[in-house]
Amino acid sequence: FPGLADVSISQDIPVEGEITVPVGSHSPDDDYSTLDEPVKDTIMRDLKAVGKKFVHVMYPRKSSALLRDWDLWGPLVLCVSLALMLQGGSADSKDDGGPQFAEVFVIIWFGAVVITLNSKLLGGTISFFQSLCVLGYCVMPLTVAMLVCRLVLLAGAGTVSFIIRLIVVGAMFAWSTLASTAFLADSQPPNRKALVVYPIFLFYFVISWMILTFTPQ
Amino acid sequence: MATADDLKFQEFDDAANLLAANPDATTISIDEPVEIPKNQHSRLQEPGREEDDELLGTDDSDKTELLAGQKKSAPFWTFEYYQTFFDVDTYQVLDRIKGSVFPVPGKNFVRLYIRSNPDLYGPFWICATLVFTIAVSGNLSNFFIHLGKPTYHYVPEFRKVSIAATTIYAYAWLVPLALWGFLMWRNSKVMNIVSYSFLEIVCVYGYSLFIYIPTAMLWIIPQKVVRWVLMVFSLCLSGSVLVMTFWPAVRDDNRRIAVATVATILLLHALLAVGCLAYFFDAPELEISAPIIPAHNTTTKV
Repeated sequence: FPGLADVSISQDIPVEGEITVPVGSHSPDDDYSTLDEPVKDTIMRDLKAVGKKFVHVMYPRKSSALLRDWDLWGPLVLCVSLALMLQGGSADSKDDGGPQFAEVFVIIWFGAVVITLNSKLLGGTISFFQSLCVLGYCVMPLTVAMLVCRLVLLAGAGTVSFIIRLIVVGAMFAWSTLASTAFLADSQPPNRKALVVYPIFLFYFVISWMILTFTPQ
Repeated sequence: MATADDLKFQEFDDAANLLAANPDATTISIDEPVEIPKNQHSRLQEPGREEDDELLGTDDSDKTELLAGQKKSAPFWTFEYYQTFFDVDTYQVLDRIKGSVFPVPGKNFVRLYIRSNPDLYGPFWICATLVFTIAVSGNLSNFFIHLGKPTYHYVPEFRKVSIAATTIYAYAWLVPLALWGFLMWRNSKVMNIVSYSFLEIVCVYGYSLFIYIPTAMLWIIPQKVVRWVLMVFSLCLSGSVLVMTFWPAVRDDNRRIAVATVATILLLHALLAVGCLAYFFDAPELEISAPIIPAHNTTTKV
């Protein structure tokens, strides 16, 4: 501070006053209020947060809400619903059918963990759970695609339905990849962006493949 | 001659390249003794060894070892230690992939591309891509082969993904481990000029598997001849990368052991390719299938 170099306080000026640090809204009453509130309020607050994140994924904008207040409820719900919808596939012999429930679960969660570790090892600045949160929430377009596929398959399983499913799954796959890239790419060093985006592409490609090859018995 | 270019700061890679290309050049570097005595020593070597310098870059082996020692200084239980294995940029990964697909005869992949900066990104993600490519292509090819048949019901064959993953990751990690152990053992008996660290061997194996990714995609074509031509072609490319890497490491050894080592490397590589083709891709059936003559029925009629 160059301007203060020659400031001196003479002895006869009393230095007095009050030094108060403005206390944030952290009075003891506030601590109890979230404990005392009705359970409905707590649940609604969490549900609203989850819902807000779903909206953010639907319309991917550069907002930090998804990153800042991460939660893993949304990814869990999406993963479980996707795994459930992938059940009931054709299984003549146990070995040739579609993925089991546990396999879908493991692929999604283990894949997300590996991608997060990969981006952190390459020098990314995003935190572990934030990245898991983003990757999990961006599975939502693919869950919607799975729902559409099951509905289309109710109508029939011919070539036309396959083409419809292909287009829907392809579009949702592109949406997922672009959404998660939009959230995650900024936290990477600039000359390694492609190295981080490619595993995300592979991850959503595998999930899309599982959705597209689902054939009911 | 100190031109303006020489006075500019140059990347270490360029300096090592220049040095490998021109072993007689006088170099002064801050962090190690002057290299003139070493260059004189290299001139005294037999002319047949000069190709080693090209192949190995032995002139910069001191520098590379020093660099390797400086890199991995973090203790192995910290996150930073593992970050040193991912210290690559996009263009470096692409260069290494290119080097594995277009092997230049006489150039060693490790010395030319890896240069004491082995990364785990390439091997891990190339193996992951290969696993899913083989599973998806196998599934697609089976679908197209059996498409017209009325009794065929499509199955996703998801179980094969885990089998593919086990096979390919085991190959890409256990074979380098065995090879590294073997080379270390031979190094203790015979003084070899070249020795590779475990990670460099993993790196070479990982990047050499890259050529199988487009090959697996092309294996969808249900023609036996096409598939075998593709297999031989990709085997030659990736096999040559491996051979050119490991031949200098065993050349000084007993001739039989050297040849046996290189032959084993190639054999395992071929086994992987043939095994994947046989297991994941059904045989394309012949266009003209002769009707099966039920010879045994005539005997039972009696």
